[in-house]
Formats: sequence, structure tokens, C-alpha cells
Amino acid sequence: MDRVITFAEALREATDQEMGRDDRVFVLGQGVDDHKGIWGTTRGLAEKYGPKRCHDTTLSEDGITGIAIGAALAGLRPIHVHIRMDFMILAANQIVNMAAKMRSMFGGAVKVPLVIRSVIGRSWGQGAQHSQALHSWFMHTPGLRVVAPSVPYDAKGLLTTAIRDDNPVVFVEHRMVHTQKGHVPPESYTVPFGKARYLAHGNDVTIVGILHAAVESLRARDCLTKVGIAADVIDPVSLSPLDVETIAESVARTGRLLVADMGWAACGASAEIIARVGERLQGEKAFMFHRITCPAVVCPTPKNLENLFYPNPATIAAAAYKLVHGPKATWTPDHVDAPEVLEFKGPF
Amino acid sequence: MTPTPTQSELAFRNLLRIRRAEEEVARIYPTDKIKSPVHLSIGQESVSQAICDALEPSDIVFGTYRSHAMYLAKGGDLRKMIAELYGKVTGCAKGKAGSMHLIDVAAGVMGTSAVVGTTVPLAVGYQHALEMQEKPEIVACFLGDGAVEEGAFHESLTFAAGRQLPVLFIVENNFYAIHSGLKTRHPWKSIADFAAAYGCRTQRFEDGDYWKLRSAAVEEIHRLRTTRKGPVLFEVCCYRWLEHVGPNEDYGAGYRPRTEAEPWLACDPVTRVGESLAAEVRERVKREVEAEIADAFAFAEASPFPPAEELYTDLFA
Repeated sequence: MDRVITFAEALREATDQEMGRDDRVFVLGQGVDDHKGIWGTTRGLAEKYGPKRCHDTTLSEDGITGIAIGAALAGLRPIHVHIRMDFMILAANQIVNMAAKMRSMFGGAVKVPLVIRSVIGRSWGQGAQHSQALHSWFMHTPGLRVVAPSVPYDAKGLLTTAIRDDNPVVFVEHRMVHTQKGHVPPESYTVPFGKARYLAHGNDVTIVGILHAAVESLRARDCLTKVGIAADVIDPVSLSPLDVETIAESVARTGRLLVADMGWAACGASAEIIARVGERLQGEKAFMFHRITCPAVVCPTPKNLENLFYPNPATIAAAAYKLVHGPKATWTPDHVDAPEVLEFKGPF
Repeated sequence: MTPTPTQSELAFRNLLRIRRAEEEVARIYPTDKIKSPVHLSIGQESVSQAICDALEPSDIVFGTYRSHAMYLAKGGDLRKMIAELYGKVTGCAKGKAGSMHLIDVAAGVMGTSAVVGTTVPLAVGYQHALEMQEKPEIVACFLGDGAVEEGAFHESLTFAAGRQLPVLFIVENNFYAIHSGLKTRHPWKSIADFAAAYGCRTQRFEDGDYWKLRSAAVEEIHRLRTTRKGPVLFEVCCYRWLEHVGPNEDYGAGYRPRTEAEPWLACDPVTRVGESLAAEVRERVKREVEAEIADAFAFAEASPFPPAEELYTDLFA
């Protein structure tokens, strides 16, 4: 397995292969058929399959989501792409009131095979409304699957699984992960929902990192080895259903859980993971826990404030250090900007 | 249009079935056997019946929380509807939908919803998919005069008109969004006028004449099916005889005087179509419909509630 491609290319390949395999699959969303192709993730699909199978939409996130649901009821398998997760807020009426509920409230008479892709923005002054990480909103809602891969292998396999699944799937991506490179088999394959992935092994602390926080947690792990701390780094991959067993098995060994999420803490994915692990290990193993997230403020635009807003390898490593050596222990490695954040000079 | 005796008998049977089913729901309601909000179609039955009679069985409808008439007119199962209202497992959605979310996939009733305007884009998306698959069916989308205020309606019209989708929108204009009169809400004189500005072919029906609406529907649906070019919006004026939700009249509440209802009561299409039949035909149909209604309610009464396990089923396919 020596073929290395980017996360974005892996998404495009999954989509292309599924569209080739099943002509009910189609892609819709703002800009999916333009020259940029959602950072390459939909590039070439309209040319290859025609405008019926990959087309632009009007600026009507709520309406278009309903249109996608209607198409799913009529037997098609839509992939609705939001170039920013912030725009999903407008679509939330249809996602939550209709897609998530229709099978249940109609007593199983219908199914809604809908994939909703969205991208969490970051950096170069994206600011308050082009950077929100809202995956916990959709984890909260019964009737939705929510997945958030961080490695290209999972990007392709999970998107393939999502397209083939007969339920609404919220497929969450992070802009800074799109450029990550990894080994991806050229043939079609699936990655199951509900299975977390170990990114690194160590017995001193468990770090669960979501999306870009998984990438930064691996860098934090490298910092920690220099001070004699070995970390399990786990990417949950699937947020709903969540693989509590894998995370709990690690925490039962390390006794220390740090959850890193590039979103807000209150009612966030980090809160849910800690609560679920706590319930699972209740009476079996007491453990220390902490979550490192963005502060409860609005995402700023100036670069210096942006840098303070986001967890980074230094702050993640420092938090893990405190879990190991106690809250009074202070150590922070030198801060190094993530290459993908450094490389990104906008505009979007 | 002059209907044949056969057409008149069929129309009366279907109209009467809806009317009597709704009246029985209202009569039973104070016994608390129906533990679901009921938005009754009494007074508005003819709109659904005229449109659905003009559609093919394979055509598709989407509706609102006030969809008992649409469900029955499209061929939805009466026993399953009453059982659903009773919350029984033999209901059209195993008791889990209640009155506001009726479904009957076999009859082409592809969804209703309690959140205003949420089925309008579904209807457009369904038609979009039919055009992509080059299938012949037409989707009819029922909505109320209040729903045209929702953003989703504008979004749906824009998308449908931009692609000339052959979808038929039916606005049942009963002049009130719950208790709030249209004159205090809308700047435009007619909903058909503003839909025309969006690129719809439109017609407005003001006098409650059943056969006029049905003829227009037959002609327009044929045009949609053969040319595949739309959308079309029918604004059909009608009157809700009872309160917004529940089994009672509410003329005493003060927001609508009984005098406003009187002309609509006087021209009731159910009565008019019945009066056009020979007396013995009308009486026979009445007896047969009563028997059907009684059977449906007895079925609902005798059916069990869903077992506890059903709380956890049908979340995911």
C-alpha cells in the first residue's frame, strides 16, 4: 500500500467511485461544479457524469436540504455539500425536523439516504461565521449519523460507507485536514461507522483528538516523548455512533483522559466523550480528565488572536503534562506553527 | 364541466367519506381516545378531492398537518388513518405519527409534517428526482396560505421555477394562519399573483365550485405530464369550518364572525355534489359510507397499542 494522496483527493475518489458504481448517487451544493470544486473534492465530477449528477444549487440551504431529502425519498442518493459548516445552521430545520425524524415518525415507512458534507473553516481571518465546529449539535440529535475522519484512508472509506448507508449522515471535515497526505488504496473499500482509530500508542495518557485536533495531538505526542511521557492518541473517527469501548480500554490503562477538540467546550463533543467514558468506567477505574478546546468566545480574525483561540501541540502537550504530573506542574514545549496552517494564505 | 352520473357518485362517495370520517373524529375526540392534535379538514375536503381525483394513483402528494382529506382523497387507507389517530400499532405509521404526520407510500402520500412549510421543498426535490430519472409521475404539493410566508416556500419556488419543474402547488387559502387574518399579514392581493412573479403558471379559484377546480386540475396535470414544464400554482379559496386544531367551532372566539362562514356553508361542495344525485343513489352511498366509517373506528378501537419495543425501532434503516 504505497500510494499516498491527500484527504481532499481521497474524498473526491470515494465520490467518483460511488457515482460510477451507482447511478442514483448525485452531488449538489453551492459551487460543487465550479472550477474550484470544493478544494478539489468534487472537481471533474460534473464533466464526467453530467450536470444532472453534479450540480450547483441556489442560495437556499434550508430549501435545498429539503429538496435533497425529497430526491432521496424518490430513490436517489444525494450528497449535499456545504462549503462551510456555518451554513448548515440554515439547513438545520430540514436536517433535524425532517431527515432525522422521518423514518421514526413515519413508523419505518420511508428511509432518507442522504449524505451531508460540511467543512469547518480555520485561519487567515475566516472569523466568526466561517469557522464554526458544530458537530456536537448533530451528535445530540437522534436519527443522524455523525462522522469526522482525520486521515485520508478513513476519508475515502467512511465517505463510501456514508454514501451506501440508507440513513442521513453528517460528514464533518476540517479545512486544515484536507491537505493531509496518507496511504489510500486505489480500489473501492469501506470503513465502518462506530470504530475509533489508534494513531499512536503509549501508557501514560490517553489523548482523544477530533478532526484537526487529531493531527495536532500527534505533534503534541512527539513533544511529550521528549519529557518521558508516552501517549495513546485516538481519533474517534465516528462521533455518533461513538466507539466508547476503544477509548475506555485506553483510559482504563492510562488513568488519564485528555480530549482535544477545535470547537467550544460547553455541550461539546469533548463533554460527551468524557461523560460516556466516565459512565463506562464507573466503579471500575477512576481517572483524571481534561478537555482542551477553543475558549468560549467568538472566533477572532487577527492572526495573533486566532493563534490564542485554537489548541495547538504546545498547549495540548502542556495539558497532558498536567494530567500526568499534577495541576501545579508547568511545562510547555516550544510552539511550532502547524505546516498546514502556515501554508494556508487564504483567501478561503 | 358537466359530470356524468358515475363521476358524480364517485365524487360524492369520496367527499362524504372524508366529511363523515372527520365528523366522527370530532365526535369521539372528547372521550380522549384520540390523544393527538387534530387539524380537521371539514369545509376544505373538496380541494383535496378535486386535485387527487385528477392525479393518477402513481402520482405523489405531500401535505401539511391538516392532511386527513388529502390522505383519504389520494387513496390512503381509512382504517389505518383512524388507527393512527388512536395511536394503535395498526395505524399507517404504527401509531408513531399521529394526525400531523400521516404517510401512505402505497397510495403516493409521501409525507406530511407539523412544521409549516417543511414538505414544500420535499415535493420539489421529489419532482427534481423524477425528472432526472425521466419518470412520468407528477408531484402535487399541498400547503396553506400561511406557509407561503415561509422562506422555504420562496426557496422551493425559485429552484422549481429556475428548472421549470412540473410540480403542482395547491395553496388552500382559508384566509387565516391559525387565528391571524391574511389582510394583516400579506402585502399582496393574491397568492397566485406573487407566485406568477416567481415564474409559475397560476390560477385562482374563489367560489368553491368542485367541478370547476377538478376540470382545471385535469387539464393542468395533463399539460404538466406531457410537456414536463412547470411549475403551476393553484390558489384555492376555501373555509375551515371548525377551530384551527380540535373538534369544536370557535366563531365565539372573536377573530372570525359566523357571518363570514355562512356563504361557504351555504355552497358546501359535499352537499351540492350529493344533491346532484338521484335520491336513492345518494341514500345508498350515505349508507355505504357510514358502514365504512363504522368499520374503521371499530378496527381502531379493537387494535392494540404499539408494544414497548417500538419506542426504539425505526430510528435507522
